[in-house]
Amino acid sequence: MKRTPLYDTHVALGARMVEFAGWSMPVHYPSGIQQEHIAVRSDVGLFDVSHMGEIRVLGEDATKFLQFATLNDPGRLKLGRGQYNMLPNDRGGLIDDLYVYREKENEYLVVANAANVEPVLTQLRGLASDYACHVVDESSTWALMALQGPGSALLLGRVVDVDLTELRKNATVLTAVSGCPVKLSRTGYTGEDGFELFCHPTDAPIVWDVLGDEGALPCGLGARDTLRLEAGFPLYGHELTDSTNPLCTAFTWVVKDKPFYGRDAMWGRSCPRRLVGLKLEARGIARQGYRVFFEGRPVGEVSSGTLSPLTRESIAFAWVETPAGQEGTAIEVEIRGQRVAATVVSPPFFGQ
Amino acid sequence: MDIRDNLRYATSHEWATEPDGGLVTVGISDYAQDQLGDVVYVELPEPGRKVAAGDAVAVVESVKTASDIYAPVSGTVEAVNEALVDTPEKINESPYGDGWLFRLRVEDASELRTLLDPDAYRRAAAEED
Repeated sequence: MKRTPLYDTHVALGARMVEFAGWSMPVHYPSGIQQEHIAVRSDVGLFDVSHMGEIRVLGEDATKFLQFATLNDPGRLKLGRGQYNMLPNDRGGLIDDLYVYREKENEYLVVANAANVEPVLTQLRGLASDYACHVVDESSTWALMALQGPGSALLLGRVVDVDLTELRKNATVLTAVSGCPVKLSRTGYTGEDGFELFCHPTDAPIVWDVLGDEGALPCGLGARDTLRLEAGFPLYGHELTDSTNPLCTAFTWVVKDKPFYGRDAMWGRSCPRRLVGLKLEARGIARQGYRVFFEGRPVGEVSSGTLSPLTRESIAFAWVETPAGQEGTAIEVEIRGQRVAATVVSPPFFGQ
Repeated sequence: MDIRDNLRYATSHEWATEPDGGLVTVGISDYAQDQLGDVVYVELPEPGRKVAAGDAVAVVESVKTASDIYAPVSGTVEAVNEALVDTPEKINESPYGDGWLFRLRVEDASELRTLLDPDAYRRAAAEED
């Protein structure tokens, strides 16, 4: 199993380590998922996401290439900015969802999910052969941490030499933490203000300790999952897969009107099912794979579900037949043979 | 790992007390609650239900996962810990105390002897870890 540069730090902190996409990762620390979740909503939490993949795309045609290979348009990015993006296959589905940062006019850093680094590389390299650009796997040369929560700017401002009020969402800046060079990005996966910090692997424990000493609570993948779900963000392998069409989700905005790989297959498909949010009206937790019923018949299934640590409501994403997916529709989720009442809602599941 | 000397254990991590007036109290071990993480939801059996050893009779859900709880011995559900409905975290805080799950009226107390003693359970849990 692969270890991030922060493995020893996690073990020393008493984390429960689990296997995730071939990596040994902290699922939670002794504080527990709920406390970690609340820390990010109310103050500040710190995540190790070094398992994610970094892929550099550079060369004369890099912009043109990524405009074709991905659904969003990296050509619209100002230098130093990042965007949420998706990598389509040729069947109207997705190979992965991505974050794409434009570092130079024709140089990008693509961040991919840990489980999908290989398929993403294969796809990008395959398509890049027609373009004047290179695809370089830099996954092992970067450590990545996420500092998330309403208190993150204040905390980070104490340890970096840049004015963070000037750093807009999705913008990046090069700085240093305790002498360690850090590429700082105002991005995250929690629905809160926050930052992601790219640094050299050997510097990661130093940066982590500085942020921890300033008061950021270490948070594991468990809280990362409940936070993203509560915020209404999809997770590849759950909401998004190689057979799910992003045009049948609330993330249609990612798909820009331009030529892209697999475009005809994607636009040619109808939406028999749509991705919707659910809120349970009674006790119980809707888990991935549980069936959803509308007017007594099965119409789909849950893709992710949890008890919101913040609202204590039982929330979920589900793929349901389009007529059952209207906001406000009364449906049911089958939990261990019992049908539990639920309502179709529009994420995010908090702060509305 | 807190393993109590006065209890017997199932390999599926439930604990059971010695019968007291025919009643056996059942919960999950400290090891089990630690493995689960924050418990957020508990489904308890109906009082009066007859259960056989090994039957799935309750469900304990953590943030991440749902786990079946099996009856360690046969009997009739005499009482359930209703307090867990609103405060499931008691299972984390006090797995051998306030976090108990249900009480069974047992007919054959000798069934308890098929469960692991504390030393055997300690070894079993250590192997799993």
